[in-house]
Amino acid sequence: MIKKKHHDASVLSSNLICRSIRRWWWLFLGPVVAAFVIGFVWPFIQGIYLSFCQFRLISDAHFVGLSNYIKAFGDASFRHAFWYTALFAVVSLVLINVLAFAVAYALTQGIKGSNLFRTVFFMPNLIGGIVLGYIWSMIFDGILSKYGTSILMQTKYGFWGLIILMCWQQIGYMMIIYIAGLQAVPEDMIEAAKIDGATKSQTLFKVTIPNVMPSITICTFLSLTNGFKLFDQNLALTAGQPFQMQAGGTVVKTTEMLALNIYNTFYGQSAGSQGVAQAKAVVFFVLVAGLGLAQLAFTRKREVQQ
Amino acid sequence: MREHTLSAERRRKTILSIALSVICIIYVLPVLTVVINSFKLNTFVKTDTFALPKGEMWAGFDNFIKGMTFGSYPFWKSVLYSVVITVLSTALILICTSMGAWYIARVNSKFCKVVYYLCVFSMVVPFQMVMYTLSKTADRLHLNTPWSIPVVYLGFGAGLAIFMFVGFVKSIPLEIEEAAVIDGCSPVRTFFSVVLPMLKPTLVSVGILEIMWIWNDYLLPYLVLDINEYRTIPIHIQYLKGSYGTVDLGATMALILLSIIPVIVFYLTCQKHIIKGVAAGAVKG
Repeated sequence: MIKKKHHDASVLSSNLICRSIRRWWWLFLGPVVAAFVIGFVWPFIQGIYLSFCQFRLISDAHFVGLSNYIKAFGDASFRHAFWYTALFAVVSLVLINVLAFAVAYALTQGIKGSNLFRTVFFMPNLIGGIVLGYIWSMIFDGILSKYGTSILMQTKYGFWGLIILMCWQQIGYMMIIYIAGLQAVPEDMIEAAKIDGATKSQTLFKVTIPNVMPSITICTFLSLTNGFKLFDQNLALTAGQPFQMQAGGTVVKTTEMLALNIYNTFYGQSAGSQGVAQAKAVVFFVLVAGLGLAQLAFTRKREVQQ
Repeated sequence: MREHTLSAERRRKTILSIALSVICIIYVLPVLTVVINSFKLNTFVKTDTFALPKGEMWAGFDNFIKGMTFGSYPFWKSVLYSVVITVLSTALILICTSMGAWYIARVNSKFCKVVYYLCVFSMVVPFQMVMYTLSKTADRLHLNTPWSIPVVYLGFGAGLAIFMFVGFVKSIPLEIEEAAVIDGCSPVRTFFSVVLPMLKPTLVSVGILEIMWIWNDYLLPYLVLDINEYRTIPIHIQYLKGSYGTVDLGATMALILLSIIPVIVFYLTCQKHIIKGVAAGAVKG
C-alpha cells in the first residue's frame, strides 16, 4: 500500500542511491561475496560433487556414482547414529521447550528478583560445548563413581547425561525468546479473558499460548536443529562410548550422534572412506534442512494473525 | 473478598519465588563444582567430587600453575589466539556484512537477490556438510593462521549477519540517505557517517551473536588452523583430555575455571545487550 502511494518518489530516490552505490559494488559487496564463495558456496558445491566420488585427496577424486550413498546407508553405525540422534532431538526438544516456557511464564508474573533469575538461567549459554562436556563428565562421574560405574559404561547414562547437559545449557536461551514473546501478548486481551470469567489455565491455553506461537515456532525450530547438529558436547561428554561389537565385526559407538559419526568417518577410520563420509554429510544436510523447514511450516500454520 | 484474593496472589508469588530460587541454586552448582575442584588435589577429584577442598585435599594454586604449563603448549598462547581470532573475525564480519547488506537492500538487483537467498539458505546447512572441503580450501588459500582465519569465519558466518542487517536496513527511511547523496556525499561517506550510526543496535546484536559463536567454536579452528602452532581455548582443553596417559583433572578444572571467568565477567557487564541480541537474532531467524 505504502509502496503504491509513494511509487514515483521512491523509484526516483532509490534510483538516485542505487545509481551512486552501484559503481562501488566492489567495495560494498565484493569482500563479503568473495568470502562467502570461499567459505560456503564453493565448499558446498564441491561437497555435493565429492559425495559421488572416491577419493583420498581431492585432486585424485574419480566418479563412482551412488556407491557412497549405498555404503552410507549400509553402515550399521550410521543407522544407529540416526535413530539415536532422532530420539535425542525429540526428547530434548520437548523437555527444553516445556521447561523453558514454564520458567519464562513464571518470570513474567512480576515476582521480585526476576532479573537475577534470568541472568543465572542464561549464563550456561556463554560456556562453550567442549568445556560444558568436561564439566558435566566430571559431575556425572562424581555421582556414578559412588555406585562403582561411570558415564562411559552404559548407553542410557550417556543419553540422559547429554539430555541434562543440553537442558542446562539451552533452557536459558529459549527462556529469553519466550519472555520476549510473552511480553508482547496484549495486556487487554488477558484482561478481557479474566473479565469473561476464564480460569487461569484457560487463559494460558486459549489466549497466551496461541499468541506466543511465533516464539514457539522459533524455539522448537532451534532446539530441533540444535539437537540434530550437536557435536561438541557429544564429543566431550562420551565421544560415543560405550562401544559395541556387532556380529559382522563392525563397531557401533552407542552414544555417537550423526555429526560425530560423520566426523569419525572422515578422519577416524581407514583411508578411502572420505567419499562415504561426504555422502553421509549430504544426507545429514538434507535431513536437517528438510526437518527444519517442515517444522517451520507445521508451526507457522498455527500462528495467530494479529 | 478482595483482600482474600490479594493474599492468595501474594502466597502464589512467594511459592514461585522459592521454587525459582531452588532452581537457581541447582543452576549454579555445576560452576561451583568446577571452582571447588580446581583447588583440589587430582586424586580426590574423582572420589570426592562434591566435597570442599579441605585439609589433605587442598591443593592451593598448584593446579593453576600446573595447568598453565601443562603439556607442550602454554595456555596463555591459546588465550591470546582465541582473543585474536574472536576480535578480528567479529570486526571483519560486522564491517563487511553491514556494507554488503546495505548494498543488497538498496540496489536490490537480481544478483543481490541471489546472494541474499543463498545467505538465508546457508543458515540451515550444518557445518559437517562443508567441513572437509572448507578446510581443504582454506588450507590451499593459506587461510590457516589466526590472522587469516577471519576470512573463513566471514564466509561461513555471513548468512545470519547479512539476514539481520538487510532486515534492519529495509526499515530505515530512504530519505535520510537521499538527502546525504543530494548534498554531495559519496556513497562511502554516506554509509560510514549516515547509515552505520543508525545500524548501531543491530551491530551490537550481531556482534554479540558472533562473539558467542566464535569464542566457543571448536571444530572449525581445529580443522582449519595448523594445530601444532595455533590453538584456541576449546582446542587446548580438548587436547588436555584427549592426550594419552592420565589426565590431571584438578589442572583441567583450573584451566576451565580460568577460561570461564572472562566469559562470565563479559556477560555480567554486557548482559542487557547480550539478552537483547539473542532475542533479536531469534525473531529474525
